[in-house]
Amino acid sequence: MGAVLAAPAGLLAHLFDAPMRLWQRIAGRGGMIAFFLAPNMAIFGLFVIVPLGLNVAYALSGGTALFLPQRSYVGAANFERLLTCGDHMDPATCRDDLFWIAVWNTVRFVGLQVVVLVGVAMVTALILNGKIRARGFWRAVFFFPVLLSPVVVGLIWKWIFQRQGLLNWVMVELGMDPVNWLTDRTWAFLFSVGISVWAHAGFYALILLAGLQAIPRDIYEAAEMDRTSPGRAFRRITLPLLWPNLLVVIVLALIRAVQVFDEVYVLTGGGPGTSTMYLTQYIYETGFASSLRNPGVAAAASLLMGGVLVVLTIAQLGLTRWRDRQ
Amino acid sequence: MSAVAFLTRRRGGRGWHWTDVVTFGWLAAGLVLIFGPALWLLLSSFKTPAQLAEFPPSILPYASRSAMVDTGDGPRLLPLYTVELPDGTTAVMAEKNRIGIMANMVRPEAPDEVVKVNINARQPLREVAFATGNYTTPLQAFDFGRYLWNSVFVTVIATLITLLTNSMAAFALSKYEFKGRGAVMMVIVATLMIPLSVNLVPLYSVVSAVGLLNTRWGVILPTVATPTGVFMLRQYMLTIPDELLEAARMDNASEWQIYWRIVLPLAAPALAVLAIFSVVWRWNDFLWPLIVLSRKELFTLQIGLNSYAGELNVHWQFILAMTVVSIIPVLIVFFFLQRFITAGIAGTGLK
Repeated sequence: MGAVLAAPAGLLAHLFDAPMRLWQRIAGRGGMIAFFLAPNMAIFGLFVIVPLGLNVAYALSGGTALFLPQRSYVGAANFERLLTCGDHMDPATCRDDLFWIAVWNTVRFVGLQVVVLVGVAMVTALILNGKIRARGFWRAVFFFPVLLSPVVVGLIWKWIFQRQGLLNWVMVELGMDPVNWLTDRTWAFLFSVGISVWAHAGFYALILLAGLQAIPRDIYEAAEMDRTSPGRAFRRITLPLLWPNLLVVIVLALIRAVQVFDEVYVLTGGGPGTSTMYLTQYIYETGFASSLRNPGVAAAASLLMGGVLVVLTIAQLGLTRWRDRQ
Repeated sequence: MSAVAFLTRRRGGRGWHWTDVVTFGWLAAGLVLIFGPALWLLLSSFKTPAQLAEFPPSILPYASRSAMVDTGDGPRLLPLYTVELPDGTTAVMAEKNRIGIMANMVRPEAPDEVVKVNINARQPLREVAFATGNYTTPLQAFDFGRYLWNSVFVTVIATLITLLTNSMAAFALSKYEFKGRGAVMMVIVATLMIPLSVNLVPLYSVVSAVGLLNTRWGVILPTVATPTGVFMLRQYMLTIPDELLEAARMDNASEWQIYWRIVLPLAAPALAVLAIFSVVWRWNDFLWPLIVLSRKELFTLQIGLNSYAGELNVHWQFILAMTVVSIIPVLIVFFFLQRFITAGIAGTGLK
């Protein structure tokens, strides 16, 4: 494969050599630096930095028009609409009840999903780090769902949870009545947590496994000689030494969980009713899909979510740095 | 030594500890929970619509057998049944027609002799068969062939652009000292914090303003300037000794040649990891293509699948088959390149 790639690459290099040398002579070293940075920074600027600035402009303007010149400045009205509540715990008392339904759904999702996800990842990592045969095979097994697209994850499970699906077959075989899983609020919520754990646990298990493997074996051997029980060795050796990695994993899982959308949207579409509608879906539907399209409110909501993410990411970057120093 | 003791013995003569039981249970449950659903998808994708509607479902895909039988008005394809005859014997018979709960059945080898059979006294004769039409029909008659092509196009082009632009930027940021380098790095780190889902509305308006709405380029371009890619490549390029570059400059190599002929080949391992990640990312992308593409002929496989699954009259047999098709590239990555990915994640926390 290397040779196949090298041939056209070599040809390209020859084609570019002369004009590049000319450009270097005209523009100098600084010009070359600019040249190397330009493509990435242009795309970056146009599709990341500019939108970021525009986001604020959208959040401060009203109306249903998409283009900024046709929108009118409304100040903080969009934020007021989102944040005004009689009682923030009760979405029905809020001006934008859907937003708060999405907020509390997301909070419940994040709370449950991160705990289960990190728990499953931790147990998996510990077991993969133990004395097992064919470790590579098992690592691959747990990693498999991570590569699947959210649409595939959603569809695989939708097919299993459907009325005449595999799960209901198991229920019947066990002598219970079939359940319409995805039209039940509680089950739909639990399964939205379940499939996202299913899809992502392998990823975090891998990070934790790398952390576990970095712990020197001789510490455990010394503990074994002192007749330390496995439980005690876990509390006194594994946990303290893995803690930096574990914190990074928790924050990373939090960042991802706050943005939950894809696989749950495919599985439940946010339903039944609004019971699995999370923040990103609220933003998507307010901004693009629903008949009550309101880009300003969607932008304001995404800035609020972005604020939470920035705090979490700064925490993560700080933690990563701290971990790497440990 | 009894059989049980033989099967449960451990190396070194140690007994079973509770952790062994947990390990075994966890691995077994993991295997079933992870590959079970995928296997169920694969088996289901070969079933006919009639079979998909069955409850309880069968595990393997079956097809009813039928035979050409001439019942007097020319040979016709008739479904075969195993019939329990009144005398207690069973026979394979074809159904000529059916009135109420009684069916007129004939033996294929003696089609003139009609037997009336209660439909409860017969079972359709089935054999394991794969309904491969589930795969060929949507690729030909529906738009799935086009969706597949769109997905391949987006994935390949986006990955090539990602590799080129990210490696150029990483080269500049790792191998040159210049004013503003710190600022550029800051901007890149800062944008690590802003996932696409936060920028949806303004990004849509920018893409629309530059005329890329409903184009495959509109799907590709916003995704290619990945800060993670620049970051990872830069980290790797920092480990390439500057003496190599200086030596090349002595030999009158241009800066472009240094980038293309020295640094890129040396950074191949990091480029490979980024390439694999980019392929998986772009192949699996959902939210952004969902927003930018509204014309059906531009849909990627993921969007096409979602849109078909959301229709009122869901053709599950096609959706299941096309879901399997959409997993194929990922499976290739999984089987051949999984090592790189696991190393990449363990090393950089990239996803």
